[in-house]
Amino acid sequence: MVKEKIIAMLAEATDTDASEITLETKFADLGIDSLDMTEMAMDLEDEFGIEFTPSPELNTVGKLIEAVEKLAAEA
Amino acid sequence: MSFRILGTGMYVPPRAVTNDEMSQIVETSDEWISKRVGVRERRISENEFTSEMGAKAAQAALDDAGCTAADIDMILSATVSGETSSPSTACMIQHDLGATCPAMELNAACAAFLYLLETAAAYFALHPEYQKILVVGCERISGILDWADRSTCVIFGDGAGAAVLERGSGYLDSVCNVKGGDDVIKIPHTIGCSPFFHREQDTPYIHMQGQETFKYAVNSLVADITVLLERNHLTMDDIAYIVPHQANLRIIDFASKRLGIDPSKMFANIDRYGNTSSASVPIALHELKESGKIKRGDKLILCAFGGGLSDMACLLTY
Repeated sequence: MVKEKIIAMLAEATDTDASEITLETKFADLGIDSLDMTEMAMDLEDEFGIEFTPSPELNTVGKLIEAVEKLAAEA
Repeated sequence: MSFRILGTGMYVPPRAVTNDEMSQIVETSDEWISKRVGVRERRISENEFTSEMGAKAAQAALDDAGCTAADIDMILSATVSGETSSPSTACMIQHDLGATCPAMELNAACAAFLYLLETAAAYFALHPEYQKILVVGCERISGILDWADRSTCVIFGDGAGAAVLERGSGYLDSVCNVKGGDDVIKIPHTIGCSPFFHREQDTPYIHMQGQETFKYAVNSLVADITVLLERNHLTMDDIAYIVPHQANLRIIDFASKRLGIDPSKMFANIDRYGNTSSASVPIALHELKESGKIKRGDKLILCAFGGGLSDMACLLTY
């Protein structure tokens, strides 16, 4: 659910076909900057009832999904 | 009783510094700054102190209101970048205008102009004899920037904005919040030269955590505007314009998206001035008025957020 949501968000934000976004896709390659990440984090906070600020280490789609899934499981 | 806005004024120093020029000072580019902040140029003072810019904006507001310094019952100013801790910028503005009324400065960082309005409303209530209060936000932010830090120095600019408030009934409601702490935004003073004090000096410039500031800004804008609308049984259709603090165009746009409103309803001029802290709301209000887009009787929401962390919004009839 987290994975589908994040990929759908990224596809919409970057006007990219969702099938082209993989777990290994780097945010930099999608043209996503730190404020884009913050905006997405705020939407994810609302969606999953979590609270977090994305760190620079979360630089791939897979790493973000893993972090959000962990937080959502604890929420 | 509260007040209505009788006149507005602004002053920015003549020296415009473009993004291309900034890219010669720090490693950045016009594209990066425009996309991430929405600033294309900012005004930077070359020889004017904060209170001098404040006095010029104040005189412009007096002229716009059709009154003189002698008509003013109180001067309230705000800054985080005054040239002296004492006298305050309010006292120097009083001096420069040739006024004789009481004058006082307060600090609520970028949200301060809203706190000036609230304080003015309190003074109108306390002193039935007061008819006009002058409020001024003035900043020489360039003096408290780390010009080697590309994440902050490209955002800000210098300037001043002012308004003459007249006793009336235009100030309808307000909401203010403080979430005290220095972990997101901090501007340290110099610690002095006391031989007895042993803490380390932090650089006396703006320190800001960008992502946390962004989240706080968007969340406070959305929450404060929502509270004002709900509490006063209004919808955005009842509001002619929102005048937000000009911190970052992305903040304004994302808050608009979350509020579900047309971004054009949020007045923005950050592209020409950058973030001028306490001066940004009165400068934006003045430019909105000068543009002819608002008329007497229109309802406006002014809102701001910043260091403190402090945020505040007010609903008023122009």
